[in-house]
Amino acid sequence: MERLTFDLASSSLSDMNRFLHRELADDDRRHVTVLNPDGAHNIAVGLNHPVTVEVQGHAGYYAAGMNKHATVVIHGSAGTGVAENMMSGTVHVKGFASNGAGATAHGGLLVIDGDAGLRCGISLKGGDIVVGGSVGSFSGFMAQAGRMVICGNAGDALGDSLYEAVIYLRGEARSLGADARFEDMSDDDYSALAGLLAQAGLDHDPKSFKRIASARSLYHWNADANQEY
Amino acid sequence: MDTKPVTFKRTSREESASFDRSVIDYIQNAAAHGLYEIRGMGAKRKLPHFDDLVFLAGSLSRYPLEGYREKCVTKTVLGTRFAKKPLELDIPITIAGMSFGALSANVKESLGRAATEMGTTTTTGDGGMTQEERGSSKTLVYQCLPSRYGFNPDDVRRADAIEVVIGQGAKPGGGGMLLGQKVNPRVAKMRTLPEGVDQRSACRHPDWTGPDDLAIKIHELRELTDWEKPIYVKVGATRTFNDVKLAVHAGADVVVVDGMQGGTAATQTCYIEHIGIPTLAAVRQAVDALEDLNMKGQVQLIVSGGIRSGADVAKALAMGADAVAIGQGILYALGCNSETFIQDSQHLSALEGYDALGTAPGFCHHCHTGRCPVGVTTQDAILEQRLQPEVGARRVRNYLKTLNMELTTIARACGKQNVHHLEREDLVALTLEAAAMAHIPLAGTNWIPGAGGGY
Repeated sequence: MERLTFDLASSSLSDMNRFLHRELADDDRRHVTVLNPDGAHNIAVGLNHPVTVEVQGHAGYYAAGMNKHATVVIHGSAGTGVAENMMSGTVHVKGFASNGAGATAHGGLLVIDGDAGLRCGISLKGGDIVVGGSVGSFSGFMAQAGRMVICGNAGDALGDSLYEAVIYLRGEARSLGADARFEDMSDDDYSALAGLLAQAGLDHDPKSFKRIASARSLYHWNADANQEY
Repeated sequence: MDTKPVTFKRTSREESASFDRSVIDYIQNAAAHGLYEIRGMGAKRKLPHFDDLVFLAGSLSRYPLEGYREKCVTKTVLGTRFAKKPLELDIPITIAGMSFGALSANVKESLGRAATEMGTTTTTGDGGMTQEERGSSKTLVYQCLPSRYGFNPDDVRRADAIEVVIGQGAKPGGGGMLLGQKVNPRVAKMRTLPEGVDQRSACRHPDWTGPDDLAIKIHELRELTDWEKPIYVKVGATRTFNDVKLAVHAGADVVVVDGMQGGTAATQTCYIEHIGIPTLAAVRQAVDALEDLNMKGQVQLIVSGGIRSGADVAKALAMGADAVAIGQGILYALGCNSETFIQDSQHLSALEGYDALGTAPGFCHHCHTGRCPVGVTTQDAILEQRLQPEVGARRVRNYLKTLNMELTTIARACGKQNVHHLEREDLVALTLEAAAMAHIPLAGTNWIPGAGGGY
């Protein structure tokens, strides 16, 4: 397969992004390597083809933002909003991810081998996120649909104001957010979780996870509630 | 003795100014329900506004242009700073962002058709882009909101400009709100929500915090669209001078400033009436910010919040705006608060509908209920039929056309061959408040309260 290399030390980010948007055939499955990313923001945003992009180093904000179809692997850590609003495809961060990882993702799979910062999976809209390590506070805030797997621990207010998204947690959460609650794992949960762990290349026992979902008490106004949430 | 009857104003019937009948009604509702009021539209209280300004037209010192014959340009270009494809509009009057969800699909189609005929833009809202509006709008502005409902890269690419919404005038600091009765299956699907939930949007963006992050977010949208599309930043009017500067710093092509008269489909009344500053004060601060940065003309300013007439448009432009956006005015043009709705050229009574909501034409602000008696702010399959897209399109086109005629009439009277040549010096203020807020002299004087002393 033809390989393409962009060296961000010598060529511009905009030229690379434009090439990836404009110069690929619809079913382009080429392998693209990005050298010297050096923490640049907005690497490989808006991809719309089934290419594979390997970023050889650390990425800044919004790496693989709004990804569709593509597979993006970051051989380093990622800044805020990695794979934000992803529609489909896969984004794999080999290092750590900063805040808002996978925010509002509508589809696709985000795998983070290390830890993720605050608000991981915020407003998730159908995407899947697997975090090998721990996540910061307010992760899964207002998550509407999709699944989050956390193999380590979670900070405060996990799953605050959840809608229909489901969180699987292996470690401990410092606290659950408003309207989030632990629920029993069903067979469907175990098989979904096993599938996600396999996709992420992790061999944890699904039985070691707990399920967190919405109690749905915030779905409608309740005049008698004291609004302490 | 003569015993002429005298009618005294009885002290036993004296209404309190602090606790008038509206306040008593408010307190008793709070006492009965334990929940704040939610409603649609904008601030209802009397505020310093464009009505408090008048134009000094041509006379001996300046000469006017012939009202009908001499040319007066209304062309408006937005997004000249960074975008490779700025928007070229025929008129400086645009249609403000209003969501599918708040409005029916028929209404969105009407707006697109009217805007296309008039050579201007319409704007999506919190809830994504519908086929109806993309199909009918030649030039469509796509909003990027905190909720990101229905937000996707395909629609970003399909849009002609992108508006990053930080806040809106009716509720700066608050997210959108769509009550369960309007979250029908189509709306729910577009927003990835369960049907019928009381949907409360986030008030902060999920993937950035503060102006330095916003700069990177805007850069992402530019990279994603290969630097083609203008990027707007919309703020609700509060600390407008600073907010506009920060929006420019973050890389906006266009800044949209929405004053507190701006409408909403639903929010708490305490938000609508008590948060934010009037449009008049906001325009002045926004223009000051652009001038302070020497960015006037490079970054365009769109003003919204209670723009109703061609005179309002002319005053906003004279104060330094490049264009205006209209939301509520458009709704009224569609028939909001009319006694009738139009079905196949027949006017049919909508009074029963108002009655059921406990209101009447002229007072209705019940957009939040989804029971709009004239079919504008509804997702109900029956009610939405009350607004036929071709009727709506014609009425909105007529309204925009009227505003544009009024605008050019005023501009010509002031001797301008281009509406963008209207200037602050063409205006004087009728009240102290307006003079102070707008920094425009009180009529007949050269006095600007507070001038030289800052805000």
